[in-house]
Amino acid sequence: MTSARDEILAKVRAALEGVEPAGPLPAPPIVHPVDDLVGRFAERVEDYRAVVTRCSADEVAATVAAVLAGGSAVVPAGLGLDVPGAVVDPSTGPGHRVGLSAADLDGIDAVVTAARVGIAETGTIVLDHAEDQGRRAISLVPDLHVCIVRADQVVADVPDAVALLDPQRPLTWISGPSATSDIELDRVEGVHGPRTLHVVLVDDEAVDLP
Amino acid sequence: MTGTFVGMPAFPEAARAALGDTQLRHNLAHATKTIRDKRARVVAEVEDWEELRIAGAAVKEAALRDLATHLEQLEASLVAGGATVHWARDAAEACEIVAQVARSHGVDEVVKVKSMATQEIGLNEVLEAEGIAAWETDLAELIVQLGDDLPSHILVPAIHRNRAEIREIFRRRMADVGRPAPDDLTDEPAVLAAAARAHLREKFLRAKVGVSGANFAVAETGTLVVVESEGNGRMCLTLPEVLVSVVGIEKVVPTWRDLDPLLRLLPRSSTGERMNPYTSTWTGVTPGDGPQEVHVVLLDNGRTNALADDVGRQALRCIRCSACLNVCPVYERVGGHAYGSVYPGPIGAILNPLLNGVSDEQTASLPYASSLCGACFEVCPVLIDIPSVLVDLRAQVVDSHRGDTVPKPEAAAMKAAAWTFSDSRRLGWAETASGLAGRVLGRFGRTTLPGGRRAAGRLPGPASAWTSARDLPAPPAESFRAWWKRTDGGRR
Amino acid sequence: MRVALLVTCINDAMYPDTGKAVVTLLRRLGVEVDFPTAQTCCAQPMVNTGYLDEAVPVVRTFVDAFAGYDAIVTPSGSCAGSARHQHSIVARRSGDPGLVAAVAETGPRTYELSEFLVDVLGVTDVGAYFPHRVTYHPTCHSLRMLGVGDRPRQLLEKVRGLTLVDLPQAEECCGFGGTFAVKNADTSVAMGSDKARHVRETGAEMVAAGDNSCLMHIGGLLSRERSGVRTVHLAEILAATEDTESRSGGPAVGARAGDLA
Repeated sequence: MTSARDEILAKVRAALEGVEPAGPLPAPPIVHPVDDLVGRFAERVEDYRAVVTRCSADEVAATVAAVLAGGSAVVPAGLGLDVPGAVVDPSTGPGHRVGLSAADLDGIDAVVTAARVGIAETGTIVLDHAEDQGRRAISLVPDLHVCIVRADQVVADVPDAVALLDPQRPLTWISGPSATSDIELDRVEGVHGPRTLHVVLVDDEAVDLP
Repeated sequence: MTGTFVGMPAFPEAARAALGDTQLRHNLAHATKTIRDKRARVVAEVEDWEELRIAGAAVKEAALRDLATHLEQLEASLVAGGATVHWARDAAEACEIVAQVARSHGVDEVVKVKSMATQEIGLNEVLEAEGIAAWETDLAELIVQLGDDLPSHILVPAIHRNRAEIREIFRRRMADVGRPAPDDLTDEPAVLAAAARAHLREKFLRAKVGVSGANFAVAETGTLVVVESEGNGRMCLTLPEVLVSVVGIEKVVPTWRDLDPLLRLLPRSSTGERMNPYTSTWTGVTPGDGPQEVHVVLLDNGRTNALADDVGRQALRCIRCSACLNVCPVYERVGGHAYGSVYPGPIGAILNPLLNGVSDEQTASLPYASSLCGACFEVCPVLIDIPSVLVDLRAQVVDSHRGDTVPKPEAAAMKAAAWTFSDSRRLGWAETASGLAGRVLGRFGRTTLPGGRRAAGRLPGPASAWTSARDLPAPPAESFRAWWKRTDGGRR
Repeated sequence: MRVALLVTCINDAMYPDTGKAVVTLLRRLGVEVDFPTAQTCCAQPMVNTGYLDEAVPVVRTFVDAFAGYDAIVTPSGSCAGSARHQHSIVARRSGDPGLVAAVAETGPRTYELSEFLVDVLGVTDVGAYFPHRVTYHPTCHSLRMLGVGDRPRQLLEKVRGLTLVDLPQAEECCGFGGTFAVKNADTSVAMGSDKARHVRETGAEMVAAGDNSCLMHIGGLLSRERSGVRTVHLAEILAATEDTESRSGGPAVGARAGDLA
């Protein structure tokens, strides 16, 4: 008896008997330059009813503390920012011990992470879950996600992000808080993922603050 | 738990019943208009939308035209990433693979991300028969599941329900399967969403096995992609120890970079957003992060039939955005259930016959469930020429009946029409006869069209299909052809 | 330029005035149009219902009738679309290379009336006079299969005396769809009723379109509803002048043959 694998592949080959393979792909349209990339990013993130606070590098700690407003928080081990009172999720990966359980995370109000890239056109933040962002569960279960994005991490559009990202890492693309339009196509923010997304956008020295 | 499409009547009959449901028509008109307008706004923002569609179609077409190579590459990449790859010829095989994984972990429940492939194979029913509860976690799927209902839309399966109906379903049914709905539940969408959050959270936190589909599977890297909104997808893909993803073989794209046009096209076409709230990608197992046992089931279930169809092959480019449903004037009026499948609307009208053949009457009625207006083709992000595929499938339906011992009345009528239209003299005779009928009607008919032309009102027999709701103009006494001959083209 | 009129089977048998209007209009614009009497039907009813074998002799009749003409003009977006986009399917089905070659000649030379006027003759002001309040329904095959765009509108805007009122949700299908109108009569009528409602909402005296098949459906509903709104083909508006308007006291509608005779 042939295996399902062999049978399916044979059927695929038979179906395509005499069908020419496709020629070279047309290039997807290029990204149009935007004057104020970071401003566009902030505006588009806010369009999803996420909160954006812009600050300079030395204001990040205070800004994050103000956003957390004394609630409990978890941070990844490699965040590189001291968040007083926060639980540190241990480094994960081979040889490391297991982090907090999902139930533990469910009892924590907020999570603070960095990000890998921001996409201006779509107002999207991508996490690649490196040490400064932590494993996927920590930025999912708590109800408030405070995400620190540096201005120099913002790119214009999706193709720039795809080119930068490493598909071998798990990736989470986040565009605003969790949402649904399942009831009468009426958009509601806040279902299973964090109901509040607060982006702390750290401007470079070189960028004029508004 | 959920209902079944098995035994659904052919489309015209099912549509008639749906058209009689005024609440349904109201819900659908409201919802489809909302989503159409949203899509139009965000698509208009993209200057190069047409080029983007061409690029998106090209990626999927390239994948399909060399599918065996890409599938073998996908398998190798997945295995290299630590995933276990299974192949399923049909629904039964796929369901058995998932059930086997669940059994091997001794679980009596799984949490599910919304997935068209698992709906197509009827996974929930199979698992249920094995004593394994499959919890749908997408809000609309939850509404459908709790309401013992059937999905009626690809993106928004509960589009046929309004907020009041949903409140009723939650109040009545949530307590039977977990955390009950709060006593003060209102019909505000935000309140209903909060109830779903509370109801499902305990299931997410304890689930050992998650089940998903995938929007894309990257051959080069072995990366799977799930595009979603609510975060239920992230929950199912991240928290369980074991993840099984059922992926149709047409979901493969050759390279990581190929995701670019598709991730730009899908959210704008689907939910009418610049980007959907969450997209998750994963490549096999990531030590210390997420499920440590990852299975991928590559599913045929008729896809190789569609692949062998030179005209219909393009339907496999579909990225399940559902833009074609939202613009379809037929779908808007009859809803999804009338199509008798988890794939309703224009794409369903071609996909179901392509996957399953046209031998049963219900499936054979689907290619005719369209006025061929072309609105679907106009919005399709991967340029599927749905009207052309519909016409080709109609020919397949007709051809499948050419051997019938008793031809259908329609076939006889078409043969007669072809005979008449094959020679202009025969058409001239027919017009003379209809002109006589017109004279009779003109003299004795009681119906007059605005403007004074005589018309036929309600007629019996086959003509009633037209005249039960529409007046029919009386044929003129003289055809154009006769006039041209008599007057030498108006010169006499 | 040798120009042939493809009158279409439905106009031939049911709406001869539309064909006469095209003749009048083109003649006024200096184009002598021929009516190849061997023509019958474009075969769309068979093709769109799935009867490809039955369509083969009909397409053969079509290409025989129209061979040698530089342009084939038709007052139907749907039939133009059939010749341009579907005849090749039928020809391939026949397996006859001669037919494949023949449809490749006739297809691209087939023009819907507004395309012929605007693109080939280069006119938008055809010298028409039509003192009525009209709304325009862009039929699906004109709009999406042929892509006639705003050509009919350009023509209507130049008609003296005509008040053009916007039709809500104009681009939505009326629900005719050929045999769809009877095979899925309930859905067809549901779509058509919404179209008729939008027409009534405009307060127009008439609804115009470039396809009498769609107008037969919309008009049949408007008539059954006793709305008093008439249908009129685009060609009949464009053919109308002060002269015809004063003679008829209204537009040439339906079967009142003889205006031109």
